[in-house]
Amino acid sequence: MVVTLKPQQIPVAVSTDPMVPVPYRLLRVRRETSDTFTFEFGSVDGSRFPFAPGQFNMLYLFGVGEVPISISGDPERPEILVHTVRAVGTVTTPFCKLKPGDIIGVRGPFGSSWPVVEAAGNDVVIVAGGVGLAPLRPAIYHILNHRGEYGRVAVLYGARSPGDMLYKKELAEWRGRFDVQVEVTVDAAKPDEWQGNVGVVTTLIPRAHFDPHHVTALVCGPEIMMRFTILELQKRGLRDDQIYISMERNMKCAIGFCGHCQYGPNFVCKDGPVFRFDRVKEIFGKREI
Amino acid sequence: MATLERLLSEHPFFKDLDPRYIQLIAGCAQEVTFKAGEFIFREGDPASRFWVIRNGRISLEVFAPGRGPIMIETLGEGDVMGWSWMVPPYRKQYDARALELTRALEFDAMCIRGKCDEEPKLGYELFKRFSQIIGQRLQATRLRLIDLYGSHA
Ligand SMILES: Cc1cc2nc3c(=O)[nH]c(=O)nc-3n(C[C@H](O)[C@H](O)[C@H](O)COP(=O)(O)OP(=O)(O)OC[C@H]3O[C@@H](n4cnc5c(N)ncnc54)[C@H](O)[C@@H]3O)c2cc1C
Ligand code: FES
Repeated sequence: MVVTLKPQQIPVAVSTDPMVPVPYRLLRVRRETSDTFTFEFGSVDGSRFPFAPGQFNMLYLFGVGEVPISISGDPERPEILVHTVRAVGTVTTPFCKLKPGDIIGVRGPFGSSWPVVEAAGNDVVIVAGGVGLAPLRPAIYHILNHRGEYGRVAVLYGARSPGDMLYKKELAEWRGRFDVQVEVTVDAAKPDEWQGNVGVVTTLIPRAHFDPHHVTALVCGPEIMMRFTILELQKRGLRDDQIYISMERNMKCAIGFCGHCQYGPNFVCKDGPVFRFDRVKEIFGKREI
Repeated sequence: MATLERLLSEHPFFKDLDPRYIQLIAGCAQEVTFKAGEFIFREGDPASRFWVIRNGRISLEVFAPGRGPIMIETLGEGDVMGWSWMVPPYRKQYDARALELTRALEFDAMCIRGKCDEEPKLGYELFKRFSQIIGQRLQATRLRLIDLYGSHA
Protein backbone atom coordinates (compact mmCIF):
# COMPACT_ATOMS: atom_id res chain seq x y z
CA MET A 1 0.00 0.00 0.00
CA VAL A 2 1.25 3.49 -0.85
CA VAL A 3 0.82 6.00 1.96
CA THR A 4 0.84 9.69 0.96
CA LEU A 5 2.09 11.93 3.74
CA LYS A 6 0.83 15.50 4.15
CA PRO A 7 3.72 18.02 4.02
CA GLN A 8 3.60 18.54 7.80
CA GLN A 9 3.90 14.77 8.38
CA ILE A 10 7.12 14.51 6.42
CA PRO A 11 10.05 14.39 8.83
CA VAL A 12 12.36 17.40 9.13
CA ALA A 13 15.83 17.06 7.60
CA VAL A 14 18.35 17.13 10.44
CA SER A 15 22.01 16.69 10.70
CA THR A 16 23.12 16.24 14.30
CA ASP A 17 26.22 18.28 13.49
CA PRO A 18 25.66 21.77 11.94
CA MET A 19 29.01 21.39 10.19
CA VAL A 20 27.91 18.27 8.30
CA PRO A 21 26.03 18.88 5.03
CA VAL A 22 22.83 16.97 4.26
CA PRO A 23 22.46 15.75 0.64
CA TYR A 24 19.82 17.44 -1.53
CA ARG A 25 18.88 16.56 -5.10
CA LEU A 26 18.21 19.24 -7.71
CA LEU A 27 14.66 18.87 -9.01
CA ARG A 28 14.19 21.90 -11.28
CA VAL A 29 16.13 24.95 -12.50
CA ARG A 30 14.71 28.18 -13.90
CA ARG A 31 16.76 30.84 -15.65
CA GLU A 32 15.92 34.25 -14.17
CA THR A 33 18.46 36.46 -15.99
CA SER A 34 21.64 35.91 -18.02
CA ASP A 35 23.62 35.06 -14.86
CA THR A 36 21.02 34.17 -12.21
CA PHE A 37 19.10 30.92 -11.75
CA THR A 38 16.48 29.61 -9.33
CA PHE A 39 16.99 26.05 -8.10
CA GLU A 40 14.46 23.77 -6.44
CA PHE A 41 15.91 20.97 -4.34
CA GLY A 42 14.37 18.03 -2.54
CA SER A 43 16.12 16.21 0.29
CA VAL A 44 17.44 12.81 -0.68
CA ASP A 45 15.58 11.16 2.24
CA GLY A 46 12.31 13.02 1.52
CA SER A 47 12.39 15.13 4.69
CA ARG A 48 11.08 18.73 5.01
CA PHE A 49 13.13 21.88 5.43
CA PRO A 50 11.42 24.41 7.75
CA PHE A 51 12.98 27.87 7.83
CA ALA A 52 12.12 31.48 8.63
CA PRO A 53 12.05 34.17 5.88
CA GLY A 54 15.48 35.81 5.61
CA GLN A 55 17.52 32.81 6.75
CA PHE A 56 20.28 31.32 4.64
CA ASN A 57 21.98 27.98 3.97
CA MET A 58 25.56 27.00 3.30
CA LEU A 59 25.43 25.22 -0.06
CA TYR A 60 28.25 22.83 -0.76
CA LEU A 61 29.20 22.07 -4.34
CA PHE A 62 31.19 18.87 -3.91
CA GLY A 63 34.84 19.26 -4.79
CA VAL A 64 34.53 23.02 -5.36
CA GLY A 65 33.45 24.80 -2.17
CA GLU A 66 30.70 26.17 0.00
CA VAL A 67 28.75 29.45 -0.26
CA PRO A 68 26.12 31.18 1.89
CA ILE A 69 22.88 31.61 -0.10
CA SER A 70 19.53 32.89 1.18
CA ILE A 71 16.48 30.69 0.99
CA SER A 72 14.10 32.17 -1.57
CA GLY A 73 11.12 29.79 -1.42
CA ASP A 74 7.77 29.76 0.34
CA PRO A 75 8.15 29.03 4.09
CA GLU A 76 4.80 27.24 3.96
CA ARG A 77 6.11 24.76 1.37
CA PRO A 78 9.03 23.26 3.34
CA GLU A 79 9.05 20.12 1.19
CA ILE A 80 10.90 22.12 -1.50
CA LEU A 81 14.10 24.01 -0.82
CA VAL A 82 14.49 27.00 -3.17
CA HIS A 83 17.61 29.09 -3.79
CA THR A 84 18.30 31.83 -6.33
CA VAL A 85 21.98 32.09 -7.22
CA ARG A 86 23.88 34.66 -9.26
CA ALA A 87 27.07 33.40 -10.91
CA VAL A 88 29.87 35.69 -9.69
CA GLY A 89 32.91 33.49 -8.98
CA THR A 90 34.63 30.24 -8.06
CA VAL A 91 31.68 28.42 -6.52
CA THR A 92 28.59 30.20 -7.84
CA THR A 93 29.63 29.94 -11.52
CA PRO A 94 29.83 26.11 -11.62
CA PHE A 95 26.82 26.02 -9.27
CA CYS A 96 24.73 27.72 -11.94
CA LYS A 97 25.57 24.86 -14.32
CA LEU A 98 23.94 22.19 -12.10
CA LYS A 99 21.44 19.90 -13.84
CA PRO A 100 18.33 18.19 -12.41
CA GLY A 101 19.38 15.04 -10.59
CA ASP A 102 22.69 16.53 -9.37
CA ILE A 103 23.34 16.35 -5.61
CA ILE A 104 24.66 19.14 -3.39
CA GLY A 105 25.28 19.37 0.37
CA VAL A 106 23.17 21.71 2.50
CA ARG A 107 23.89 23.06 5.99
CA GLY A 108 21.32 25.26 7.65
CA PRO A 109 19.06 27.10 8.03
CA PHE A 110 21.20 29.74 9.74
CA GLY A 111 20.84 33.27 10.98
CA SER A 112 18.17 35.77 11.95
CA SER A 113 14.99 36.41 9.99
CA TRP A 114 12.76 39.24 8.75
CA PRO A 115 10.35 40.34 11.52
CA VAL A 116 7.23 39.17 9.66
CA VAL A 117 5.45 38.08 12.82
CA GLU A 118 6.29 41.27 14.73
CA ALA A 119 5.18 43.39 11.75
CA ALA A 120 1.62 42.04 11.90
CA GLY A 121 -0.80 44.91 12.50
CA ASN A 122 1.49 47.33 10.66
CA ASP A 123 1.91 48.47 7.07
CA VAL A 124 4.92 46.86 5.39
CA VAL A 125 7.20 48.35 2.76
CA ILE A 126 9.66 46.03 1.05
CA VAL A 127 12.52 47.58 -0.92
CA ALA A 128 14.74 45.30 -3.01
CA GLY A 129 17.56 45.90 -5.45
CA GLY A 130 18.89 43.34 -7.95
CA VAL A 131 19.35 39.85 -6.45
CA GLY A 132 18.24 41.37 -3.12
CA LEU A 133 14.70 40.32 -4.00
CA ALA A 134 15.67 36.66 -3.40
CA PRO A 135 16.08 36.87 0.43
CA LEU A 136 12.91 38.98 0.60
CA ARG A 137 10.69 36.65 -1.41
CA PRO A 138 9.95 34.31 1.55
CA ALA A 139 8.85 37.38 3.55
CA ILE A 140 6.55 38.44 0.68
CA TYR A 141 5.11 34.90 0.53
CA HIS A 142 4.49 34.94 4.27
CA ILE A 143 2.78 38.34 4.16
CA LEU A 144 0.60 37.34 1.20
CA ASN A 145 -0.25 33.98 2.86
CA HIS A 146 -1.41 35.98 5.92
CA ARG A 147 -2.53 39.13 4.08
CA GLY A 148 -5.32 39.94 6.56
CA GLU A 149 -2.83 40.43 9.40
CA TYR A 150 -1.12 43.41 7.77
CA GLY A 151 -2.14 46.92 6.78
CA ARG A 152 -1.01 48.32 3.45
CA VAL A 153 1.78 46.39 1.71
CA ALA A 154 4.15 47.90 -0.85
CA VAL A 155 6.85 46.03 -2.77
CA LEU A 156 9.39 48.30 -4.48
CA TYR A 157 11.96 46.68 -6.74
CA GLY A 158 14.82 48.13 -8.76
CA ALA A 159 16.93 46.33 -11.36
CA ARG A 160 19.51 47.46 -13.86
CA SER A 161 17.39 46.59 -16.91
CA PRO A 162 14.18 44.66 -17.67
CA GLY A 163 16.39 41.64 -18.50
CA ASP A 164 17.99 41.78 -15.02
CA MET A 165 14.73 41.45 -13.11
CA LEU A 166 14.10 38.33 -11.00
CA TYR A 167 10.72 36.58 -10.69
CA LYS A 168 9.03 38.56 -13.49
CA LYS A 169 5.98 36.29 -13.61
CA GLU A 170 5.41 36.51 -9.87
CA LEU A 171 5.90 40.27 -9.81
CA ALA A 172 3.18 40.51 -12.45
CA GLU A 173 0.91 38.23 -10.40
CA TRP A 174 1.43 40.25 -7.22
CA ARG A 175 0.80 43.40 -9.17
CA GLY A 176 -2.49 41.95 -10.40
CA ARG A 177 -3.76 41.63 -6.82
CA PHE A 178 -5.74 44.53 -5.47
CA ASP A 179 -4.19 44.37 -2.01
CA VAL A 180 -0.49 44.97 -2.76
CA GLN A 181 1.25 47.95 -4.32
CA VAL A 182 4.02 46.62 -6.57
CA GLU A 183 6.32 49.18 -8.20
CA VAL A 184 9.23 48.13 -10.35
CA THR A 185 11.86 50.38 -11.88
CA VAL A 186 14.91 49.93 -14.10
CA ASP A 187 17.94 52.15 -14.75
CA ALA A 188 17.28 52.48 -18.49
CA ALA A 189 15.23 50.65 -21.11
CA LYS A 190 14.11 50.62 -24.72
CA PRO A 191 10.50 51.74 -25.11
CA ASP A 192 9.60 48.65 -27.15
CA GLU A 193 10.67 46.28 -24.34
CA TRP A 194 9.52 48.18 -21.25
CA GLN A 195 6.53 50.36 -20.40
CA GLY A 196 7.23 50.63 -16.68
CA ASN A 197 9.18 53.07 -14.51
CA VAL A 198 12.72 54.23 -15.26
CA GLY A 199 14.85 55.60 -12.43
CA VAL A 200 16.59 54.25 -9.32
CA VAL A 201 14.61 52.33 -6.67
CA THR A 202 14.83 55.23 -4.21
CA THR A 203 12.59 57.30 -6.52
CA LEU A 204 9.75 54.86 -5.79
CA ILE A 205 9.77 55.52 -2.04
CA PRO A 206 7.99 58.91 -2.09
CA ARG A 207 5.16 57.25 -4.07
CA ALA A 208 4.70 54.18 -1.85
CA HIS A 209 1.46 54.05 0.12
CA PHE A 210 2.09 53.51 3.83
CA ASP A 211 1.68 55.24 7.16
CA PRO A 212 5.23 56.25 8.20
CA HIS A 213 4.35 55.92 11.90
CA HIS A 214 3.00 52.40 11.59
CA VAL A 215 5.16 50.71 8.99
CA THR A 216 7.94 48.16 9.03
CA ALA A 217 10.50 48.46 6.23
CA LEU A 218 12.44 45.43 4.96
CA VAL A 219 15.38 46.37 2.75
CA CYS A 220 17.79 44.16 0.82
CA GLY A 221 20.32 44.83 -1.92
CA PRO A 222 23.94 45.91 -2.24
CA GLU A 223 25.04 48.03 0.74
CA ILE A 224 25.18 51.22 -1.27
CA MET A 225 21.58 50.73 -2.42
CA MET A 226 20.49 50.08 1.18
CA ARG A 227 22.29 53.25 2.33
CA PHE A 228 20.38 55.51 -0.03
CA THR A 229 17.13 53.63 0.56
CA ILE A 230 17.42 54.22 4.31
CA LEU A 231 17.98 57.97 3.72
CA GLU A 232 14.82 58.10 1.62
CA LEU A 233 12.80 56.12 4.20
CA GLN A 234 14.03 58.50 6.90
CA LYS A 235 12.84 61.43 4.76
CA ARG A 236 9.38 59.82 4.79
CA GLY A 237 9.57 59.92 8.59
CA LEU A 238 10.58 56.35 9.50
CA ARG A 239 12.57 55.81 12.68
CA ASP A 240 15.70 53.64 12.58
CA ASP A 241 13.97 50.92 14.62
CA GLN A 242 11.31 50.52 11.91
CA ILE A 243 13.92 49.61 9.29
CA TYR A 244 15.46 46.13 8.80
CA ILE A 245 18.35 45.34 6.46
CA SER A 246 20.11 42.15 5.41
CA MET A 247 23.92 42.18 5.41
CA GLU A 248 26.41 40.02 3.52
CA ARG A 249 29.90 39.08 4.63
CA ASN A 250 32.24 36.25 3.65
CA MET A 251 31.47 33.14 5.65
CA LYS A 252 33.10 29.85 6.59
CA CYS A 253 31.47 28.10 9.56
CA ALA A 254 28.09 29.93 9.62
CA ILE A 255 27.63 29.08 13.31
CA GLY A 256 29.55 31.84 15.06
CA PHE A 257 32.88 30.00 15.57
CA CYS A 258 35.42 31.15 13.01
CA GLY A 259 34.94 34.93 12.99
CA HIS A 260 35.09 35.21 9.19
CA CYS A 261 31.82 37.14 9.01
CA GLN A 262 32.60 39.61 11.78
CA TYR A 263 30.76 42.91 11.39
CA GLY A 264 31.77 45.27 14.19
CA PRO A 265 30.73 43.50 17.40
CA ASN A 266 28.41 41.15 15.45
CA PHE A 267 28.76 37.95 13.51
CA VAL A 268 26.61 38.18 10.38
CA CYS A 269 26.01 34.40 10.37
CA LYS A 270 24.60 34.33 13.91
CA ASP A 271 23.41 37.85 14.82
CA GLY A 272 22.39 38.55 11.20
CA PRO A 273 22.03 38.50 8.29
CA VAL A 274 18.88 40.49 9.12
CA PHE A 275 19.57 43.40 11.47
CA ARG A 276 17.32 46.11 12.83
CA PHE A 277 18.95 49.26 11.51
CA ASP A 278 19.22 51.12 14.85
CA ARG A 279 21.36 48.23 16.15
CA VAL A 280 24.00 48.55 13.43
CA LYS A 281 23.71 52.16 12.35
CA GLU A 282 26.95 53.18 14.08
CA ILE A 283 28.92 50.73 11.93
CA PHE A 284 26.77 50.65 8.78
CA GLY A 285 28.61 52.14 5.80
CA LYS A 286 31.88 52.64 7.77
CA ARG A 287 34.80 52.16 5.40
CA GLU A 288 36.93 50.11 7.76
CA ILE A 289 34.17 47.61 8.73
CA MET B 1 -11.34 79.74 -5.97
CA ALA B 2 -11.18 79.17 -9.76
CA THR B 3 -10.62 75.57 -10.93
CA LEU B 4 -7.12 76.20 -12.23
CA GLU B 5 -6.04 77.84 -8.97
CA ARG B 6 -7.47 74.92 -7.01
CA LEU B 7 -5.61 72.39 -9.18
CA LEU B 8 -2.40 74.37 -8.72
CA SER B 9 -2.69 74.62 -4.95
CA GLU B 10 -3.39 70.85 -4.76
CA HIS B 11 -0.21 69.93 -6.63
CA PRO B 12 2.74 69.02 -4.35
CA PHE B 13 5.09 71.32 -6.30
CA PHE B 14 3.07 74.37 -5.20
CA LYS B 15 2.41 73.13 -1.65
CA ASP B 16 2.12 76.06 0.81
CA LEU B 17 2.75 78.66 -1.90
CA ASP B 18 1.12 81.98 -0.98
CA PRO B 19 -2.42 82.08 -2.53
CA ARG B 20 -1.56 85.48 -4.03
CA TYR B 21 1.24 83.87 -6.04
CA ILE B 22 -0.99 80.94 -7.01
CA GLN B 23 -3.41 83.47 -8.46
CA LEU B 24 -0.57 85.22 -10.33
CA ILE B 25 0.87 82.10 -11.96
CA ALA B 26 -2.54 80.64 -12.74
CA GLY B 27 -2.69 83.29 -15.46
CA CYS B 28 0.22 81.51 -17.20
CA ALA B 29 -1.21 77.98 -16.92
CA GLN B 30 -3.65 75.81 -18.82
CA GLU B 31 -4.91 72.26 -18.40
CA VAL B 32 -3.64 69.79 -20.98
CA THR B 33 -4.17 66.10 -21.74
CA PHE B 34 -1.80 63.82 -23.65
CA LYS B 35 -2.85 60.53 -25.21
CA ALA B 36 -0.74 57.40 -24.70
CA GLY B 37 2.15 57.49 -27.17
CA GLU B 38 1.86 61.23 -27.88
CA PHE B 39 5.09 63.24 -27.99
CA ILE B 40 4.97 66.29 -25.73
CA PHE B 41 8.22 67.74 -27.03
CA ARG B 42 11.25 66.65 -29.00
CA GLU B 43 14.95 67.18 -28.49
CA GLY B 44 16.00 70.59 -29.86
CA ASP B 45 12.53 72.17 -29.49
CA PRO B 46 12.51 75.63 -27.89
CA ALA B 47 12.04 75.30 -24.13
CA SER B 48 9.12 77.65 -23.85
CA ARG B 49 6.88 75.55 -21.53
CA PHE B 50 7.01 73.38 -18.46
CA TRP B 51 4.48 71.02 -16.92
CA VAL B 52 3.32 69.80 -13.53
CA ILE B 53 1.88 66.32 -13.89
CA ARG B 54 -1.48 65.65 -12.24
CA ASN B 55 -1.79 62.01 -13.24
CA GLY B 56 -0.48 59.58 -15.84
CA ARG B 57 3.11 58.83 -16.79
CA ILE B 58 5.66 60.38 -19.14
CA SER B 59 8.97 58.99 -20.32
CA LEU B 60 12.04 61.05 -21.16
CA GLU B 61 13.96 59.50 -24.01
CA VAL B 62 17.16 60.05 -25.93
CA PHE B 63 17.71 58.74 -29.39
CA ALA B 64 21.03 56.92 -29.76
CA PRO B 65 22.06 56.28 -33.37
CA GLY B 66 22.24 52.54 -33.98
CA ARG B 67 20.40 51.76 -30.73
CA GLY B 68 17.15 53.61 -31.20
CA PRO B 69 15.27 55.41 -28.42
CA ILE B 70 16.32 54.77 -24.80
CA MET B 71 14.10 55.65 -21.86
CA ILE B 72 16.21 57.44 -19.30
CA GLU B 73 13.58 58.50 -16.78
CA THR B 74 9.86 58.27 -16.18
CA LEU B 75 7.83 60.95 -14.44
CA GLY B 76 4.40 60.61 -12.92
CA GLU B 77 1.80 62.07 -10.59
CA GLY B 78 3.17 64.97 -8.55
CA ASP B 79 6.30 65.42 -10.69
CA VAL B 80 7.43 68.50 -12.58
CA MET B 81 8.78 68.25 -16.11
CA GLY B 82 11.10 70.73 -17.79
CA TRP B 83 13.58 73.22 -16.46
CA SER B 84 15.48 74.10 -19.64
CA TRP B 85 13.23 77.17 -19.84
CA MET B 86 15.28 78.58 -16.92
CA VAL B 87 18.74 78.41 -18.49
CA PRO B 88 20.21 79.28 -21.89
CA PRO B 89 20.12 78.07 -24.65
CA TYR B 90 16.44 77.38 -23.70
CA ARG B 91 16.25 74.18 -25.77
CA LYS B 92 14.86 70.73 -24.91
CA GLN B 93 17.54 68.08 -24.49
CA TYR B 94 15.33 65.00 -24.64
CA ASP B 95 12.14 63.71 -26.19
CA ALA B 96 9.14 63.44 -23.86
CA ARG B 97 6.37 60.96 -24.60
CA ALA B 98 3.22 60.08 -22.68
CA LEU B 99 3.21 56.38 -21.73
CA GLU B 100 -0.45 56.49 -20.78
CA LEU B 101 -3.23 59.05 -20.75
CA THR B 102 -1.66 61.94 -18.85
CA ARG B 103 -3.18 65.09 -17.42
CA ALA B 104 -0.97 68.04 -16.61
CA LEU B 105 -0.90 71.79 -16.11
CA GLU B 106 1.16 73.48 -18.77
CA PHE B 107 2.95 76.77 -18.09
CA ASP B 108 4.03 79.40 -20.56
CA ALA B 109 7.64 80.07 -19.54
CA MET B 110 7.78 83.64 -20.93
CA CYS B 111 4.70 84.52 -18.95
CA ILE B 112 6.19 82.99 -15.77
CA ARG B 113 9.46 84.86 -16.28
CA GLY B 114 7.48 88.08 -16.61
CA LYS B 115 5.62 87.42 -13.33
CA CYS B 116 8.91 86.61 -11.58
CA ASP B 117 10.38 89.93 -12.78
CA GLU B 118 7.33 91.75 -11.43
CA GLU B 119 7.40 89.82 -8.14
CA PRO B 120 11.01 88.82 -7.33
CA LYS B 121 9.83 87.00 -4.15
CA LEU B 122 7.73 84.69 -6.32
CA GLY B 123 10.76 84.17 -8.59
CA TYR B 124 12.92 83.26 -5.59
CA GLU B 125 10.28 80.83 -4.31
CA LEU B 126 9.90 79.12 -7.69
CA PHE B 127 13.65 78.85 -8.28
CA LYS B 128 14.07 77.35 -4.79
CA ARG B 129 11.48 74.69 -5.64
CA PHE B 130 13.02 73.97 -9.03
CA SER B 131 16.55 73.71 -7.55
CA GLN B 132 15.30 71.12 -5.07
CA ILE B 133 13.93 69.04 -7.93
CA ILE B 134 17.04 69.44 -10.06
CA GLY B 135 19.07 68.32 -7.01
CA GLN B 136 16.92 65.19 -6.55
CA ARG B 137 17.25 64.26 -10.22
CA LEU B 138 21.01 64.81 -10.12
CA GLN B 139 21.22 62.54 -7.06
CA ALA B 140 19.20 59.82 -8.82
CA THR B 141 21.43 60.11 -11.90
CA ARG B 142 24.57 59.78 -9.76
CA LEU B 143 23.15 56.65 -8.14
CA ARG B 144 22.58 55.13 -11.54
CA LEU B 145 26.20 55.85 -12.47
CA ILE B 146 27.44 53.65 -9.61
CA ASP B 147 25.39 50.68 -10.80
CA LEU B 148 23.33 50.41 -7.63
CA TYR B 149 22.37 46.75 -8.00
CA GLY B 150 25.56 45.29 -9.48
CA SER B 151 27.53 42.58 -7.67
CA HIS B 152 30.37 45.04 -7.19
CA ALA B 153 28.26 47.93 -5.97
C1 LIG C 1 23.86 35.69 4.25
C2 LIG C 1 24.17 35.72 2.79
C3 LIG C 1 23.16 35.46 1.87
C4 LIG C 1 23.42 35.45 0.49
N1 LIG C 1 22.40 35.17 -0.37
C5 LIG C 1 22.67 35.07 -1.69
C6 LIG C 1 21.64 34.69 -2.60
O1 LIG C 1 20.50 34.44 -2.22
N2 LIG C 1 21.97 34.59 -3.91
C7 LIG C 1 23.23 34.88 -4.38
O2 LIG C 1 23.47 34.76 -5.59
N3 LIG C 1 24.21 35.27 -3.54
C8 LIG C 1 23.97 35.35 -2.21
N4 LIG C 1 24.98 35.70 -1.35
C9 LIG C 1 26.30 36.02 -1.91
C10 LIG C 1 27.08 34.75 -2.20
O3 LIG C 1 27.35 34.11 -0.99
C11 LIG C 1 28.39 35.11 -2.91
O4 LIG C 1 28.11 35.62 -4.18
C12 LIG C 1 29.26 33.90 -3.03
O5 LIG C 1 29.76 33.55 -1.77
C13 LIG C 1 30.41 34.15 -3.97
O6 LIG C 1 31.21 33.00 -3.99
P1 LIG C 1 32.07 32.55 -5.24
O7 LIG C 1 33.03 31.51 -4.76
O8 LIG C 1 31.21 32.15 -6.39
O9 LIG C 1 32.80 33.88 -5.67
P2 LIG C 1 34.28 34.32 -5.28
O10 LIG C 1 35.22 33.60 -6.21
O11 LIG C 1 34.50 34.21 -3.83
O12 LIG C 1 34.21 35.85 -5.69
C14 LIG C 1 34.08 36.23 -7.06
C15 LIG C 1 33.72 37.69 -7.17
O13 LIG C 1 32.47 37.93 -6.54
C16 LIG C 1 32.60 38.92 -5.57
N5 LIG C 1 31.80 38.53 -4.41
C17 LIG C 1 32.10 37.61 -3.47
N6 LIG C 1 31.17 37.56 -2.53
C18 LIG C 1 30.25 38.46 -2.90
C19 LIG C 1 29.02 38.90 -2.32
N7 LIG C 1 28.59 38.44 -1.15
N8 LIG C 1 28.30 39.82 -2.99
C20 LIG C 1 28.73 40.34 -4.14
N9 LIG C 1 29.90 39.98 -4.71
C21 LIG C 1 30.64 39.07 -4.10
C22 LIG C 1 34.04 38.97 -5.20
O14 LIG C 1 34.42 40.28 -4.78
C23 LIG C 1 34.70 38.62 -6.49
O15 LIG C 1 34.87 39.75 -7.31
C24 LIG C 1 24.74 35.74 0.02
C25 LIG C 1 25.75 36.01 0.93
C26 LIG C 1 25.48 36.01 2.30
C27 LIG C 1 26.57 36.30 3.27
S1 FES D 1 31.01 32.40 9.43
FE1 FES D 1 32.18 31.67 11.09
S2 FES D 1 31.63 33.08 12.64
FE2 FES D 1 30.28 33.61 11.03
